Amino acid sequence: MTLLHWAVLSPFIAAILIPFLYKYLKRIHTGWFVLILPLALFIYFLSFIPETSSGNVVLNNLDWVPSLGINFNVYIDGLSLLFALLITGIGTLVVLYSIYYLSKQKEKLNNFYVYLLMFMGAMLGVVLSDNLIVIYVFWEVTSIASSLLISYWYTREKSIYGAQKSMYITVFGGLSMLAGFSLLYVIAGTFSIRELIANADLIMASSLFIPAMILVLLGAFTKSAQFPFHIWLPDAMEAPTPVSAYLHSATMVKAGIYLVARLTGVFGGAPEWFWIITIAGLITLIWGSISAVRQKDLKGILAYSTVSQLGLIMSLLGAGSAAFYFQDGDSPLYMTAILAAVFHLINHATFKGSLFMAAGIIDHETGTRDIRKLGGLMTIMPVTATISLIGLASMAGLPPFNGFLSKELFLTGMLSVTEYGIFNLEAIGFIIPIIAFIASVFTFLYCILMFYKTFMGKFDISKLKVKHVHEAPIGMLISPIILAVLVVLFGLFPNLLAYSIIEPAMAAIAPGILSPGEFFDVHITHWHGFSAELFMTLGIIVLGVLLFITFRKWENTAFYRGEQDLFNYAYDYGYDGLIKGSQWLTRIQMTGRLRDYFIYMCTFIMLIMGYTMYRYNLPLIQNLDLSPIPVYTWFVILVFLGSILTIPFLNNRIAIIITTGVSGFLVALLFVLFRAPDLALTQLLIETVSVVLFMLVFYHLPKLKKVKTPPKMKTIKLIISIGFGLMITLGSLSAFSMGQEANYESISEYYTENSKEKAGGYNIVNVILVDFRGLDTMLEVLVVSLAVLTVVSLIRLRFKGGEDV
Amino acid sequence: MELLMSIVIGIIFSVSIYLFMSKNLLRVAVATLLLSHGVHLLLVTMSGLQRGASPILSFDAEAYTDPLPHALVLTAIVISFAVTALLLVMSYRTYKVHKTDDLEDLRGSADE
Repeated sequence: MTLLHWAVLSPFIAAILIPFLYKYLKRIHTGWFVLILPLALFIYFLSFIPETSSGNVVLNNLDWVPSLGINFNVYIDGLSLLFALLITGIGTLVVLYSIYYLSKQKEKLNNFYVYLLMFMGAMLGVVLSDNLIVIYVFWEVTSIASSLLISYWYTREKSIYGAQKSMYITVFGGLSMLAGFSLLYVIAGTFSIRELIANADLIMASSLFIPAMILVLLGAFTKSAQFPFHIWLPDAMEAPTPVSAYLHSATMVKAGIYLVARLTGVFGGAPEWFWIITIAGLITLIWGSISAVRQKDLKGILAYSTVSQLGLIMSLLGAGSAAFYFQDGDSPLYMTAILAAVFHLINHATFKGSLFMAAGIIDHETGTRDIRKLGGLMTIMPVTATISLIGLASMAGLPPFNGFLSKELFLTGMLSVTEYGIFNLEAIGFIIPIIAFIASVFTFLYCILMFYKTFMGKFDISKLKVKHVHEAPIGMLISPIILAVLVVLFGLFPNLLAYSIIEPAMAAIAPGILSPGEFFDVHITHWHGFSAELFMTLGIIVLGVLLFITFRKWENTAFYRGEQDLFNYAYDYGYDGLIKGSQWLTRIQMTGRLRDYFIYMCTFIMLIMGYTMYRYNLPLIQNLDLSPIPVYTWFVILVFLGSILTIPFLNNRIAIIITTGVSGFLVALLFVLFRAPDLALTQLLIETVSVVLFMLVFYHLPKLKKVKTPPKMKTIKLIISIGFGLMITLGSLSAFSMGQEANYESISEYYTENSKEKAGGYNIVNVILVDFRGLDTMLEVLVVSLAVLTVVSLIRLRFKGGEDV
Repeated sequence: MELLMSIVIGIIFSVSIYLFMSKNLLRVAVATLLLSHGVHLLLVTMSGLQRGASPILSFDAEAYTDPLPHALVLTAIVISFAVTALLLVMSYRTYKVHKTDDLEDLRGSADE
């Protein structure tokens, strides 16, 4: 365990302490204690920057289950450091914000901070481990923590709905991902990402390449809310706003992005990887931005906008994966896409974080997030309005904010895709920049709409539930202000991050592209001259403003008035159908009839046995070494069969009992013939007692009715029972002949040889029972005594006043 | 002998399964008893029949029948007796309480 391991585990340890702090130090808001941890971790991770920016990596090994290839190896390179800084940095700001957002009198702070810390630790685990199984474990913990946080106000029905939805969708993806990881293990024999990347050629050549890729991508797409799995994210907005800002825009939803970026080294270069990710990203981008326009809830707009921005980053990673096809890092053609992805990842965390916090402030102060009720808040909440303006301008892609820079890079990346000249891009590649353009127009549109509807227009207090609206307390404003300042700072001086954070992350996404000692060229500028990107940005602004001016015209169309996502219907119907279907299945299957259960069980056993025999060409009845049949045994067996076969035809109680008794005594006789004297003795004894017991009990039972079974049922019963008997006969013969063929030495040799010497007994069976396997016999006695106790209590015991059942 | 016994065991199983599917508690109790007979004979048959003397060392034979299945079956006989006894008493109590021995009438209500 190194310090780095403890850093990953520290949030979990802190989570254990939270309930105590909450209980015994009630006067201080629990958030203040929590705040220390992410801040300390953030500073700790900052100290790794010199290491990663010089192209080095940190790797600390810790064996967990080495025999299965599962090791808790903590690995820091540019990409994981970027994420670790995001998690702890945004985490610090969110905790600070939550101290003012959640009241210490009214809320269950202990639950909130335990879940939040659990998430933080798990997320650090995902981005810092090198082992796929460890990543999977932490990955699922983030899903659980996310669901718990969404359902934080668990008395609200919508919270529970959202929590369940996110749980089903992300855990479904997580399990697929586990299957994908297992396939990768089958191919390459390792769970270590570094070793997988080293064996990328082997994986690429395998026939399991495509299934493994699709399964892993299912995990990444569900987590990162990619189309059509994006539907859980808008419903996750039921969580307290600090959670939405943290998990559902800045960190957790980027876990899928992280995974795709991390595994680009394994899968990158394959046309399938390129197409699936680029297309999924672009569809998500356009679907998210169009849906965001339709939303009336501030957080709903932000949720769909997050979906669309995640799609943007995803499509960039898809486009950038082509670098592996060329194995050439010098060309800026495709490295622009990866640069844009990394840069936009950082920018999105800053502007979206500040926007969520601003939305939370508005909700907190006015009591609503509905843009139809809000308006004119500019003069009342000037600071919040400024923060929102900066965030929205950046998201819309306006200069001089950081969003402008990454949007330009995004457009460059998408335009250059058409120049790759691979994967049939020349034929349909032109669609890619067009989709990017249209999606950007809608992004611009919802940014204006959101600002206009909230801060401009007329302020109408009568639509709000609160009496007075005023600016938020300063504590709540600190975090969004810091983020807004970063938005401006990164916008004005983009190269602050260029070689410290962005370049190492790019090198980590595209390992092996550069030879050691080389660096990617990262130089982000505002002015590229009169390029296609510039005209596209101008076009976006013009079209966006046009759509906004004509807003009145399409305000009342069905498109704008509905806000439900089409895929929600699919989810809801699917969910209902699943429950109804399983109820229907249970009703059919669980009839409460013993007969039906026997039919199921016997049919299933027959099918399994039949298939096994067919599969292994059984039964092998030829060459059986059978023992001779003495004449007198024929008599015993004939009488035995006669008594057995009459039982089903009898309708008299006493006759059935006596016939059963006869067959039991004949079994004892058969044991004598088979030279098993002990068995014969026991059987005799037991059979006598059984018959007496039967007599006693059936003295109390009613006479047998003559039962009329419908002929159809009778046929089914006959087929099942005869088929089952036949299967047993065949099975018994196959087992016997296989035993003879294999000719193993019997394990009872040991008992035969040692029973006299070691146990001092001549009767081997007895010695086995009371000496060699004495403990088993003792437990058998226990079983019998339990049965006796039950019998006695069933007959004798009556509780006073209790119900006699 | 083993072939013959396999067929006999198959018939025991058939009859027992047939009885299990009847509606009457008494027949079900008999069916469990028959099923255990079938299983015991199956275990003994598997190890080969009538090969060598009874597994008692004082007989001083060259070969003994396999004692291990015997030990297993001996245990099984006792346990199956316990099971049968329990089943019998339970059907007795069921009849006392519900006044019927028809499994069809003893089903739980459909709208559970």
